[in-house]
Amino acid sequence: MHIVGVILMLVGVYGLLTNRHIIKMIIAINILEIGLNLFIISVGYSEGLIAPIITDINKNASNFADPLPQALVLTAIVIGVGTTAILLAVARKLYQQYGTFDIREMEGGR
Amino acid sequence: MKKLTAIILVSILFVLLFINMFNGSLNFDKISERDADGNYYTEQPTSANMVTSVVVDYRSFDTLGEVTVLFVSSLGVAFVLGGLTTRVKSNHSQSFILKVGVDVLFSLIILVGAYIFIHGHLTPGGGFPGGALIGAALLLKYVSNDTYRANIKGFKALEGTMGSIYVLLGLLGIVTGSFFLENILDIGTIGNLISGGLIPIIYVLIGLKVGSELTGIFDHFMNEEV
Repeated sequence: MHIVGVILMLVGVYGLLTNRHIIKMIIAINILEIGLNLFIISVGYSEGLIAPIITDINKNASNFADPLPQALVLTAIVIGVGTTAILLAVARKLYQQYGTFDIREMEGGR
Repeated sequence: MKKLTAIILVSILFVLLFINMFNGSLNFDKISERDADGNYYTEQPTSANMVTSVVVDYRSFDTLGEVTVLFVSSLGVAFVLGGLTTRVKSNHSQSFILKVGVDVLFSLIILVGAYIFIHGHLTPGGGFPGGALIGAALLLKYVSNDTYRANIKGFKALEGTMGSIYVLLGLLGIVTGSFFLENILDIGTIGNLISGGLIPIIYVLIGLKVGSELTGIFDHFMNEEV
């Protein structure tokens, strides 16, 4: 799962480098973010660990997965939602002003 | 040519990451220290869902900051799209069946959201997913009905009240002689609905706050210039 996370991150970087369409760039940022979240989650997990929730069955178990990366990713997801909302709002404002989503056409009004 | 350069750059990045991460010199099994029993922390967990313990108890200050970030982003959206006042009209005619179906589903989705954030300390989920569900219910209303406007002033008031109560609960910890956002209430039996001290209360506050913030964001996106 580490590798899937890293590959998703690199797909996001590639999308950011090649796309000139604002909505596509926002999608690339989100893919990058999902890859990073997946990577952090997979860091806290290895084979045979169980979800870190205490129930009657596993009261005395000691093979819980590490809850700290999951808590950090919860924070990261929420902040990702906030940044995506702002980015989309700015993209909409830019579209109103220039009538295009392509950043090459925005430069210098050509 | 640009794409080729990008591919080359990304592959170089991949090789560098791969060499550093997967040659065995970094041991990811030790991201958190374990104690002698093999548990991750020496403190007793304060709720059945340990992630909730971390998010709302040990790192509650962090969560206060996180809620603030969401609030600031909602403010930012309001700032950028604030000049738009008229409701967006969709190009196609509104389906009657969709409208009635959403009316039926609306209360059920709100109910599921409330269930998720009330049981945040027992089951997976919590204030943020529950709040997102409430926001999604209102988004469905917006999408299905061209003339629908949520009571945004009410949601703003709810959001502000919830944030203030969160801070006041934190200050209560200082008043009683311990730290900011210390879990001052009795923890009770882990696994009961009423347990975990402040955790369920704070998660209900967070759920309502996130739900109203997301509704505010959706409302701003659903507006357009005259």
